[in-house]
Amino acid sequence: MNLWQFILQNHVEVAELTFEHLWLVGASIILAVMVGIPLGILITRRPVLSKPVLGTANVIQTIPSLALFGFLLPAPWIGERADRLAILALTLYALLPLIRNTYTGIQGVDRAVVEAARGMGMTDRQLLWQVQLPLAMGVIIAGVRVATVISVGLATIAAAIGAGGLGEYIFRGLAMVNNSVILAGAVPAAILALLADVGFGWLEKRLSPH
Amino acid sequence: MQAEESRRGAVANPAAIEFRDVSYHYDSAGNLLEGLSLEIRQGETLVLLGRSGSGKTTSLKLINRLLLPSRGEVLVEGRATREWDVIRLRRRIGYVIQEVGLFPHFTVERNIGVVPQIENWPAERIQPRVRELMDLTGLDPRLAGRYPRELSGGQRQRVGVARALAADPPILLMDEPFGALDPLTRAELQKQFAALQQRLHKTVVFVTHDLQEALILGERIALMEAGKLVTLLPGKEFVRSPDPVVQKYLAAFRGVSAENEAGDEPVAIHPAKSR
Repeated sequence: MNLWQFILQNHVEVAELTFEHLWLVGASIILAVMVGIPLGILITRRPVLSKPVLGTANVIQTIPSLALFGFLLPAPWIGERADRLAILALTLYALLPLIRNTYTGIQGVDRAVVEAARGMGMTDRQLLWQVQLPLAMGVIIAGVRVATVISVGLATIAAAIGAGGLGEYIFRGLAMVNNSVILAGAVPAAILALLADVGFGWLEKRLSPH
Repeated sequence: MQAEESRRGAVANPAAIEFRDVSYHYDSAGNLLEGLSLEIRQGETLVLLGRSGSGKTTSLKLINRLLLPSRGEVLVEGRATREWDVIRLRRRIGYVIQEVGLFPHFTVERNIGVVPQIENWPAERIQPRVRELMDLTGLDPRLAGRYPRELSGGQRQRVGVARALAADPPILLMDEPFGALDPLTRAELQKQFAALQQRLHKTVVFVTHDLQEALILGERIALMEAGKLVTLLPGKEFVRSPDPVVQKYLAAFRGVSAENEAGDEPVAIHPAKSR
């Protein structure tokens, strides 16, 4: 049975797993944006914090994903359901590109522009909302883009802890030694990653000031 | 005695800005500014002249509190910058820098209207004010909807000046605003700015390393060297000063101009003529 036949025969399940996958990725990216962008902004305001915050995000990034799922298992409430666990882990992985891009995007705004803004008496809030964030938006979206693409790939591993998603097929196919089943998980996941990349790439271009 | 002096000053000719024995240094570097005492009168154009690293820009940033003095104090309208609410202080001071620092994501119109906007003027008051300023600074009204990247260097600098004047601040700080322009555009903007200042009578502190520019614009010229004020003279007396540092500066400038601009542009050092 080839890949195409398998997908046609199991199209309902493929769709379900794809939606599960999207849920894991979407929820974790939204959470990561809600945490990562404010953190990135914070460390431009409190430079002492930039090293510890970026360092921590960096260290999290280096933890192997299966190990991270394992570490989080005993956590209360989180550990009760596999999808919560997976979303938390994916959120943690997505933090680094978001924090780093927000930080470098804001730091990268032309110094003369920032000095002019300060010199004319903008408050820090006005400087942030009217000048720095609009001008850094392209770089910040680039961070969301990278985080999303990584997350689509990583989310396949969430199936190992029973969180569902397209990884189900990959693990099932590995167990069955059936390439078609593996590909039924891998190909849609790759397509999702590509779509996210193209979509955010377009948004990045639109929101860049130049 | 100092208090008495300042009280007298406030009655006769109030100093808009006053440096009282001001020094500024980083932790690492030496003094960028050392014991600067200087009074800038209301409505005058004072030029801070000097080579790079002489402390001109540092002095300027001490006025709008982008920097705070390490020692001494800077008074703006009789109050130390340290005691001012920094936002209020800066909104009373227009600031023009060489790199202009226009907001690349704002149109010309929004760039010029940005201080009125953050001051919460109603929109119907901002628009006519922007038109007025574009007219005043010689900007074609058709440029209103353009973005800074679509402008020439001279136009950008005009927008920078218009933006600084937008909320009608009594004080204007200009840090080599025409330094990056080609000689012709620079000369044109200098002339027009001098004419504008004749009408507006702002208190202007103008930083430059260009002697000719200093002579065209400055009612008084303060020559700075290595963080210290060397001499402070009315523009007309400056070229005749016997001070050796002034003479050295004049000689160096003549040499450089003769080398670089011979044939290009007549370098006449005549303050009277250029006014």
